[in-house]
Amino acid sequence: MGVRLKEREILLIESLSVYFYTYSGIVKAVEDLDLSIYEGECFGLVGETGCGKSTLMKAVLRLIPPPGKIVKGKVLFKGIDLTKLSEQQLQKIRGYKISMVFQEPSSALDPLFNNGYQIVETILSHEKIAQKNAWKKALSLLRTVKIPEAERRLYQYPHELSGGMKQRIVISIALAGKPDIIIADEPTTALDVTVQAQILDLLKELQKKYKTTLVIITHNLGIVAEYCDRIGVMYAGKLIELGSTLQIFENPLHPYTKGLLAAVPKISSKREKLASIPGTVPNLINPPSGCRFHPRCRYATDRCKKEVPKLLEVEPGHKVACHLYNGENNG
Amino acid sequence: MPRLTDILQSWKDRNRSKIEEWMLTLKLIKRMPLMIVGIILILSFIFIAIFGSYIAPYDPYKISFSEILEPPSLKHPFGTDEYGRDIFSRVLVGAWVSFEVSIITLVIAISIGTLIGMMAGYFGGIIDEFLMRITDIFLAFPGLVLAIAFSAALGSGIHSVMIALSLVWWPSYARVIRGQVLSVKENLYVEAAKAVGLGNLTIMIKHVLPNSISPIIVLATLDMGGVILTAAALSFIGLGAQPPVPEWGRLIADGQPYFPEYWWYVVFPGIAIFLTVLGFNLLGDGITEILDPRLRRRVEFGG
Repeated sequence: MGVRLKEREILLIESLSVYFYTYSGIVKAVEDLDLSIYEGECFGLVGETGCGKSTLMKAVLRLIPPPGKIVKGKVLFKGIDLTKLSEQQLQKIRGYKISMVFQEPSSALDPLFNNGYQIVETILSHEKIAQKNAWKKALSLLRTVKIPEAERRLYQYPHELSGGMKQRIVISIALAGKPDIIIADEPTTALDVTVQAQILDLLKELQKKYKTTLVIITHNLGIVAEYCDRIGVMYAGKLIELGSTLQIFENPLHPYTKGLLAAVPKISSKREKLASIPGTVPNLINPPSGCRFHPRCRYATDRCKKEVPKLLEVEPGHKVACHLYNGENNG
Repeated sequence: MPRLTDILQSWKDRNRSKIEEWMLTLKLIKRMPLMIVGIILILSFIFIAIFGSYIAPYDPYKISFSEILEPPSLKHPFGTDEYGRDIFSRVLVGAWVSFEVSIITLVIAISIGTLIGMMAGYFGGIIDEFLMRITDIFLAFPGLVLAIAFSAALGSGIHSVMIALSLVWWPSYARVIRGQVLSVKENLYVEAAKAVGLGNLTIMIKHVLPNSISPIIVLATLDMGGVILTAAALSFIGLGAQPPVPEWGRLIADGQPYFPEYWWYVVFPGIAIFLTVLGFNLLGDGITEILDPRLRRRVEFGG
């Protein structure tokens, strides 16, 4: 059954399109995308590099850099359309209601300020409390993210910490306002494998403790399998499959998802050649007509070249955008 | 920063990282004899500029027709001029004029340049185009010619020199700052600052500006010498300080007809300008090296 269907939607993305107006043409980074994320869940957004997963989540907070623009669609956060808010109203939501954890902890912190100050700055921009109390709060946040010798770290500078510790600082900043949603954009890609698990465990633990909604953007299927409740698979700016972790891993429907799962190396008795998906991610200035995956798809038919498949529910909670599954009832 | 005696006891603990960086800077300076020479020259210049009128042995304006154009002696170390005024005293007092002109000029130029460069770099687009084309117009004229034109239009006097030089000097700061801002604003921490809900103004002042400022410090130090030279040049051609103000360029201009027979009249003010400009250049080069992170890390690891 669709276990999460009855839960409350905290973030609802409705036919969102984000285009980048570059010299070589309009890059349709995200096109006509619908997605809802439920309160308290851990949602994993998966896809290859350049498929638009980071862009989608940045669009939620309207952090798309200049040549990029949200051209249509809505982002409803607890019923408020974030695309219509003024910059000032949005600043109140950014960081305190919806916060982000970035991929590169080394560059997400300003090298000129000590770690404590960077946390305090976030606190003070949202709360009217005395400096001293903000520093105390920063210290307790550092303890929450389990940084050893928290007092000392407060007055150290980012360059004096290891990558994992910097990521803990970034997480503590993201936690400062007890946000409703934490968006973690490839939170462990820049870290050592040994530290990755620590950081993800920490995120998961904090999510449970504060009942936060966690969105993990990643290209690592191992991470989503272990930590996420639900998964969305993106391909070339489109959401192509959506379902619970179990549904996606046990019964992948979209040929792309199948290929993605087959490409994960498994330790088995036999050594076999690693499967790969032929071809490359399409150019998003002139995306393929119809289903954007059709040039790389084994099962592609004429219909796939002409008609854009809709994201339709095939079993409760499991949606897929592929003509293979909704051929009859849609045709 | 707040006093946090309840979180960490000592000031030393809280500022350990800062203290370490300053110790490292000190260690680096010790390895650069030329920079030490520069620092000594600049410190003496500043000292003379501030206390020159107190340590001058004679009143720099006092005319004494019995001592006209006397060569250097124990009584008048730098000799006397055509009115019998003591050149040593005039050079000492003149330091203040150069100091005042260079400091005020650079403060104005850096303020204008930073403001314009930051806006252009941070906002980009049409704002950038507009501001940078204005900057280009100023840069299209040779600096000295423009300075002469401005100070001639504004009338002679030390204040018009300051205004003229500021107008000539700001475009280079605007360019440098813009370039820096363009690269700094691409850093993830700027995006992160936006993502935690900071406004554009806060991000500009707190994160972009401090990270863009280091080339400005170097440029300003090197420009101090340049401004002093140009101010002297303007005074030399009669546009800057008016007699009897003992400005160094003015002194050289006044002494020019008596050269080479009464050489001390021009040579000593010339040496004063030379040493000051040299000091600022050595200091600027030293700062450039000190700010180089590669050198810092190498020394830190005992290289």
